[in-house]
Amino acid sequence: MFPRLVYESFRRQTRRKLLAGVAITLGVAVATAMIAVATDIGDKINRELRSYGANLIVTPQEDTLDVEIGGVNLKPPSDGAFLNEADLSKIRGTFWHHNIVGFSPMLPVTASLGGDLNHTVPVVGTYFSKQLRFGKDDFVTGVRITHPWWKVRGAWPDDNSQDVLVGEHIAAKLAVNPGDALVFAGKEHRVSGILSTGAAEDDQIVAPLALAQEILGKPGAVRRIYVSALTKPEDPLARRDPKTMNPELFDRWYCSPYVQSIAYQLQEAIPHSHAEQIRQVAQNEGTILSRIKGLMLLVTLAALFASALAVSAAMATAIFERRVEVGLMRALGAGSFPVAALFFAEALLLALFGGVAGFAAGSLLAHQIGRSIFNSQISIEPVLFPIILAIAVVVTFAGSAAAIRRAVKFDPVFALRGEA
Amino acid sequence: MSAPSAVNTPQQVAGRRANSPHTSMFVRMLIRAAVLRRGRAASALLAMVVAAAVATAMMNLYVDVQAKLRTEFRNYGANVVVVAKESQSLPANALGKIDSALGPKTLAVPFSYAVARTQDGQSVVVVGTDFTRARQLNHWWNVTRWPETSTTASLHPAQDNPNEAAQQISPAHNAAAERRNSLAQRVSAGKESPSTGVPSGTPLPALVGMRAAAVATPDRKPFDLTFQGRTLQLAPAGLLQTGAGEDSRIYLDQSEFQNWTGVAPSTIEIAVNGSTEEIEQGIHQLAQALPTADVRPVRQIMEAEANVLNKTRATLYAAATLIVLTAALCVLATLIGWVFDRRRDFAIMKALGASERLVNGFFAAEAAALGAIGAVLGFAIGIGVAAWIGRVNFHAPVVPRFSVFPYVLAGSILVALISAVLPIGLLRRVQPAIILRGE
Repeated sequence: MFPRLVYESFRRQTRRKLLAGVAITLGVAVATAMIAVATDIGDKINRELRSYGANLIVTPQEDTLDVEIGGVNLKPPSDGAFLNEADLSKIRGTFWHHNIVGFSPMLPVTASLGGDLNHTVPVVGTYFSKQLRFGKDDFVTGVRITHPWWKVRGAWPDDNSQDVLVGEHIAAKLAVNPGDALVFAGKEHRVSGILSTGAAEDDQIVAPLALAQEILGKPGAVRRIYVSALTKPEDPLARRDPKTMNPELFDRWYCSPYVQSIAYQLQEAIPHSHAEQIRQVAQNEGTILSRIKGLMLLVTLAALFASALAVSAAMATAIFERRVEVGLMRALGAGSFPVAALFFAEALLLALFGGVAGFAAGSLLAHQIGRSIFNSQISIEPVLFPIILAIAVVVTFAGSAAAIRRAVKFDPVFALRGEA
Repeated sequence: MSAPSAVNTPQQVAGRRANSPHTSMFVRMLIRAAVLRRGRAASALLAMVVAAAVATAMMNLYVDVQAKLRTEFRNYGANVVVVAKESQSLPANALGKIDSALGPKTLAVPFSYAVARTQDGQSVVVVGTDFTRARQLNHWWNVTRWPETSTTASLHPAQDNPNEAAQQISPAHNAAAERRNSLAQRVSAGKESPSTGVPSGTPLPALVGMRAAAVATPDRKPFDLTFQGRTLQLAPAGLLQTGAGEDSRIYLDQSEFQNWTGVAPSTIEIAVNGSTEEIEQGIHQLAQALPTADVRPVRQIMEAEANVLNKTRATLYAAATLIVLTAALCVLATLIGWVFDRRRDFAIMKALGASERLVNGFFAAEAAALGAIGAVLGFAIGIGVAAWIGRVNFHAPVVPRFSVFPYVLAGSILVALISAVLPIGLLRRVQPAIILRGE
């Protein structure tokens, strides 16, 4: 009898059930999408924050002092120590290599411009988009990843060529255009593009690393490496000196992607190196990240609240309209428990159907948001599904409870007489 | 339910009804409808209030959060740099011109550079700057102790980090006395006392970069620097660590630096607050105010900020749209139920000869009143919610945006009207007799 009552209720009142079901579906969809976005937003914004560029720098341990004003190096380029280019790919072998978005080596040198030996120009050797290999792992890295604000008019040079980028200030002074030839360091080089960075590179020539090494006469030399890594916001543990930790604490510190522990691992991977965080970038991203995450969390709470309310309102309305039916059942001798059970069974069914449909719609919505805003997938944890379903059932029950109580308590005589 | 207020005798009621103007009947119907069905009316109003509150909070946040996040982004430091054009120098009053061109909200820090030699002949870059300003601009500088400067009070104390404020130098302190004291401490801390009582005066306090310190003063004792034959004794007041070029430099107070080297500021780093357009406008103003200088945006900072901000704004926009839609849906469901539930009122009115227009007007007025009341209450609550979110997340309340109110009001009334009109459209086709018979 009971299943038949439920079945008939759904069959005969398709319109009403559909309305309530749509409300639940929409509510659950919004909740799912918001939870998915909020749980993933930290990761997404962390990646967006990488557009600030490298947050770690690796320098030779025994380096001499930089004498640099406004990006112009006043120290003889061959002075001081160097890192070995061959060690670069070892960065890929560190514990947190998945978190390392990219790195670019830098080798500043000076070269004579044209035939004139007195007129020199700073040249920086780097990777643009270099294909590297570590073990069986092929990867691409270079300034196009670590310095996303570098804009090139023309084309980026090939890393294995002798082509160069010319900073826009020198380019304007020398009237060089992309495709022209420029003589420096005693050789003619093709200018593949004009570089604009808004910083010191506007007054420099940026060349493939091998070319700068050739000018310096030191094959394999690298002055410093910029590393862009996804990090975890700093906390008290991150700031502690690893030397003072006990082994257990050290393991925890080592296995957390703090900027400090990544620096430590880089130092381990590259011989004779000193790795340090670039505080301007590294220190600020934590605050920005936590602010945006906090904001989305609170907004998600608001969304959950609004969708819970919408579901309860729809359920309450649907039940309130059926007082006559309740009155009839009561008049025929049904106790308040079976009547309530009937409504709750219906609510459960609606919640389950609405929950499944809503979860699917919400996943689609989250996917769309991820695609259109972040250009990447928003991953939905499968563990979210039972949670969402449980929330849907609880909210539907809570929304129905008050209405069911009132419907059951209503005097059947009034209900049947139509005096609602 | 069918009985009117029982206190009045029929004669009194009839007399009052005859005397009262026609419009009051309309108003009375509205009020009685609300009073007699308190429960349903209250639940409809509640839905309305909650929806309006959520919508207000989201719109307020959406407008205000960008400003809030921009202030956070200013912790990344300068976004505009003013550099002297080649073979020209910045005018002496450049800083004043910048402050007057951009207003008090901006923070401009001058830097001047020179290369000096240490006692063992190593070159080191010495920078003259305004410590109070530099400290506000570059929050990420890890400094063991800031040197005391003659320029005392902080210009923008509000921007300063609260936990740094404790260390803030009190302007009341006599800087020179303080300097002597701290020197005495430092001297006693280092075991051997250096040539105290040098006639040329006490060593100048300097902020020494981590790597520069390793070269110039490995034992953290006062050291000499030579610039074009002029020697200056410096005391490392604090150590600076940034992980960038600053680590290899030694920072001095601008006026002391200028006394020593005669070099005037060549670079001014500026943190301009505001949107991209406002910053571009600021750059334009600066370029006009300082024709001998190159004013350029720091692309790294500007572009990354715009990128992160745009993504956050878009996400918030999507979230706000979803939430407002859900809230509207909630109102729609509740109100449709409410109006549907009163089909008997509708039928009685029609049976008593009320015109279609009057009935429609009645339900529309009811819905509009509900929407308006809900919007006002919801707006007040929503502002509170937004302020709370601002306080919790940004440690600064979100400023109430009253410009949002018309939208909330119009939206609420519109949704209420739609939810009243929809069921009435359905009911109109039904004969009043059928409804009254209870079918």
